[in-house]
Amino acid sequence: MTTELGGAQVASMIEAIAPGSVTAHDRGAAWIKPGSWPAVARGLHDRPEADFRFLNAVTGVDYIDHFEVIYHLTSLTHNHMWVVKIRCGEGREEPSVPSAVPVWRGADLQEREVYDLMGIRFDGHPNLKRVMLWEGFPGHPHRKDFLR
Amino acid sequence: MTTGHEPLALRPTPESPLYRQTLDLDRAEGAIINQLKATHLEQFPDPVIEVPAEFRRSIFVGSIDALLNWGRKSSVFPLMMGLACCSFEMIAAAMSRFDLSRFGMEVFRASPRQADLMIVSGTVTWKMAPVVRRLYDQMAEPRWVISQGVCATSGGPYYESYSVVPGVNKIIPVDVYVPGCPPRPDALIYGIMQLHEKIKRYSLAGRAAGRE
Repeated sequence: MTTELGGAQVASMIEAIAPGSVTAHDRGAAWIKPGSWPAVARGLHDRPEADFRFLNAVTGVDYIDHFEVIYHLTSLTHNHMWVVKIRCGEGREEPSVPSAVPVWRGADLQEREVYDLMGIRFDGHPNLKRVMLWEGFPGHPHRKDFLR
Repeated sequence: MTTGHEPLALRPTPESPLYRQTLDLDRAEGAIINQLKATHLEQFPDPVIEVPAEFRRSIFVGSIDALLNWGRKSSVFPLMMGLACCSFEMIAAAMSRFDLSRFGMEVFRASPRQADLMIVSGTVTWKMAPVVRRLYDQMAEPRWVISQGVCATSGGPYYESYSVVPGVNKIIPVDVYVPGCPPRPDALIYGIMQLHEKIKRYSLAGRAAGRE
């Protein structure tokens, strides 16, 4: 059974990688500033006590007043998992986060899917273009613009 | 321009030639899809069989027709094309338990040039629509189309979705509709038998099968 790490434990682990990067944490997830995400991702992947070599999933969430990108991480050697959430600034205009493709190659297609359906830009992504829909499709269909 | 001897970047960046080429291809494809979506608003009429009155009593044509139609209906080769979950029912229909080969249809053809029947098995998205249309255009006449499942017939649960064709008969004319979500292999085989009944009624003097 894969264990979930404690919130305070991982928050302190991330703080050791990049001080001042965690804005909040709860029992299963930590919220991270977008600017420190590349350093945190590299540290979570490389550090032996974290060893998150496996990226389960990348998703995006539309909270009407802001967007969030969520990375599910698993360590296959320690058999534990963790969730990292990145708030893409305030408002709905031009949301963007740094890409995790340099760290986890498997993020490539999933970040493209989030970009395609939610319109969140991933800075530094090597091939950021639509993957499900076709070029020329108007808008991003999974945005909750109809609720505004 | 590239000479073809430079090593291509493994990961395409916005400056690399591979990125520009693929993005250009994507844009061209997207323009085709948008054009298809904008123009194919009305559904094609289902192919009908019309026999001119002066040929209806012709025994000679009738007997030739019967022979030809018997040959056609007994060797309808389907195109090996699966779009969604309905295709698994189609595969099951071809396997030993349901055994399409009883109807002379065991040869699923990987090439549209050799296929007579297109079983549109599942949801047709707008991104897939130009491909379905091209495969249909590549099939030699006489050709038939079975729309398997509610997604292919009308869009089904994805009706009025942003990415799903509301019925494949917006793209190609359909001979037989098989309802179900997904239809069991029994239902698909019943649809194929209905198509056989339809093929039996084609006439040399009537309209060619599947022509718009």
